[in-house]
Amino acid sequence: MAAQLRQLRQQIKSVKSTAKITRAQEMIATSRIVKAQQAVAASKPYADQITQALTALVSHHVGIDHPLLHEQPTDNRSAVLVITSDRGFCGAYNANVIREAESLITALREQGREPVPYVVGNKGITWYRFRDREVAQTWHGFTDRPVFGNAEEIGRRLTEDFLKTDAEGGVGEIHVVYTEFVSMLTQSVQVRRLMPLEIEDRTGEGTVPPAYEFEPSAQAALDLLLPNYVESRIFHMLLQSAASFQASVRRAMKSATDNANELLGVYTRQMNQARQAAITQEISEIVGGADALAESGGE
Amino acid sequence: MATLKVGLVSPEREIWSGEARMVVAQTIEGSLGILPGHAPVLGVLLDGSVVKIEPANGDKMITAMVGSGFFSVAADEVSVLAEQAELSDEIDVPAAQAALEEALSAEAADATAERRARARLRAAGIEA
Repeated sequence: MAAQLRQLRQQIKSVKSTAKITRAQEMIATSRIVKAQQAVAASKPYADQITQALTALVSHHVGIDHPLLHEQPTDNRSAVLVITSDRGFCGAYNANVIREAESLITALREQGREPVPYVVGNKGITWYRFRDREVAQTWHGFTDRPVFGNAEEIGRRLTEDFLKTDAEGGVGEIHVVYTEFVSMLTQSVQVRRLMPLEIEDRTGEGTVPPAYEFEPSAQAALDLLLPNYVESRIFHMLLQSAASFQASVRRAMKSATDNANELLGVYTRQMNQARQAAITQEISEIVGGADALAESGGE
Repeated sequence: MATLKVGLVSPEREIWSGEARMVVAQTIEGSLGILPGHAPVLGVLLDGSVVKIEPANGDKMITAMVGSGFFSVAADEVSVLAEQAELSDEIDVPAAQAALEEALSAEAADATAERRARARLRAAGIEA
């Protein structure tokens, strides 16, 4: 009896400390979501401007051309950039991304293409390494707070590989799997084709973009703009994924805290019961003893 | 008087935005001054140059160091987009000086690093 009581007390203590940790994690994640969202908002002016400039450039110079805009029918390899997180404690966040990436890879195989994964984040890296799958390149260490330099690095490598042919280890198209932050409660895994770039010609939409002059030349401007655009897209995806990651952490930690509190209720009730049972038994032992004494004294 | 609507942005944040009388930017081919009413231009910035903005409210000239990027002018709206951009009062002068010395002493002369370091110092008003 006393042993059971002691054990329950111990369990309650450990559940309580777990709840404290998960509660703290939840609060940290909540404050980080705000920061991650601010980072998303801060990157918006640049992304908007570059898209606008690119649209203007392309819709005005139908003649100009760039390899990044081309389909590459001869290349059979497809890059799949999978954006996961470095840390766990985030519920199904990474599992969702990897599941989506795997179904994309299967679909690509069925089309007769050869998918090549590029992985961001320790969790994804471990997943692929554990299964002994070939990965073209991995990046990690910045998924919580990505800076533009990270996107630049990834973008450079992908653009480089895109411009190479199959035989040189290049790829013909690039897909990205990342998590879009819809709201605090909803994050959805997205699959996008990043390259070849598709630029919508929006000349039909009323506002005609101004007739730009180019300094030094339209081709030079395009050469600079396109890789920058790719990098800014990747940066956007990294930031969205980071915000989604924090939201997933928050949700996972919140349900962990709730579960711990529920468990605490159950254990407390069991402990009270055990204590009451011990007291009842003690009383009946004393009464029984007293009765026996009285009977023997009465003779 | 007409003014320009100026935005200086880097991928990570908006560095400066507001009304201005004049913007001076450097392209590969030389310096370009932009006044209100300028024709639409899309220009490539010289990596490691200084952008000057004269605010419309008469505040002192804003200078910033910019790395690789471009600027666009259309309908009195100027946007300067640079992968690296630092305002003059954000620049870490000793670090820039150290970077310049390193770029100069390196065996293979790193022209971009040298230009960037010089631009930082120029933007901070240290070296002409």
